[in-house]
Amino acid sequence: MKAIVLAFGIAKDILGGPDITLDFPGNTTADLKSVLENQFPRLKQLRSYMVAVNNEYAQDCTVLTEADEIAIIPPVSGG
Amino acid sequence: MTTQIKISDQPLEIQSCIDWVMTPQSGGIDVFIGTVRNSTKGKKVLRLEFEAYEPMAIKEMEKIAALAFEKWPVQKLLIHHRTGTLEVGEVPVVIAVSCAHRDAAFEACRFVIDTLKQTVPIWKKEVFEDGETWVAAHP
Repeated sequence: MKAIVLAFGIAKDILGGPDITLDFPGNTTADLKSVLENQFPRLKQLRSYMVAVNNEYAQDCTVLTEADEIAIIPPVSGG
Repeated sequence: MTTQIKISDQPLEIQSCIDWVMTPQSGGIDVFIGTVRNSTKGKKVLRLEFEAYEPMAIKEMEKIAALAFEKWPVQKLLIHHRTGTLEVGEVPVVIAVSCAHRDAAFEACRFVIDTLKQTVPIWKKEVFEDGETWVAAHP
């Protein structure tokens, strides 16, 4: 599937910008993460990271559609 | 309205935050004010840069507020968070909670700031004299 992925914080540095367009096999969060980690191995060095779908934290099994707003959420550090 | 949540790139107004949570029924207001510290692990910090995924951050803060209202008899609750560049001594976050009695106000306020730091998609970068680091990004 094709997806636009938003990136914030250190993920923006790793991906080289605030968003990227990806065409990848599969349609789950896990599929997306494996493609991202393959293309941007520095993601694996993070303490952790989450994927958000439509402003909610997603599980690995969450099914994505092209209409979803998808974002990479590296470890948060507000406050 | 008993909850006020805001993300802003303008300086936070502490007194108006406190005034907003005050009600005639309140017996106590607990306020947490986060401030920019001048050092991290002995290293001089020049400034912090905050970035938020705003729509999601607002949503997560609303969830925290709803939980606080469930767990404690909170009267009014306010969460304001800054974005952008903040110098040492500036205020990135204000939490204010009013309750009839102080125990609930202390506990709810602490819950809100502790949970915010764990779940709300906001990030800070520490800028040092010789480089910069996204806080908490790496193990």
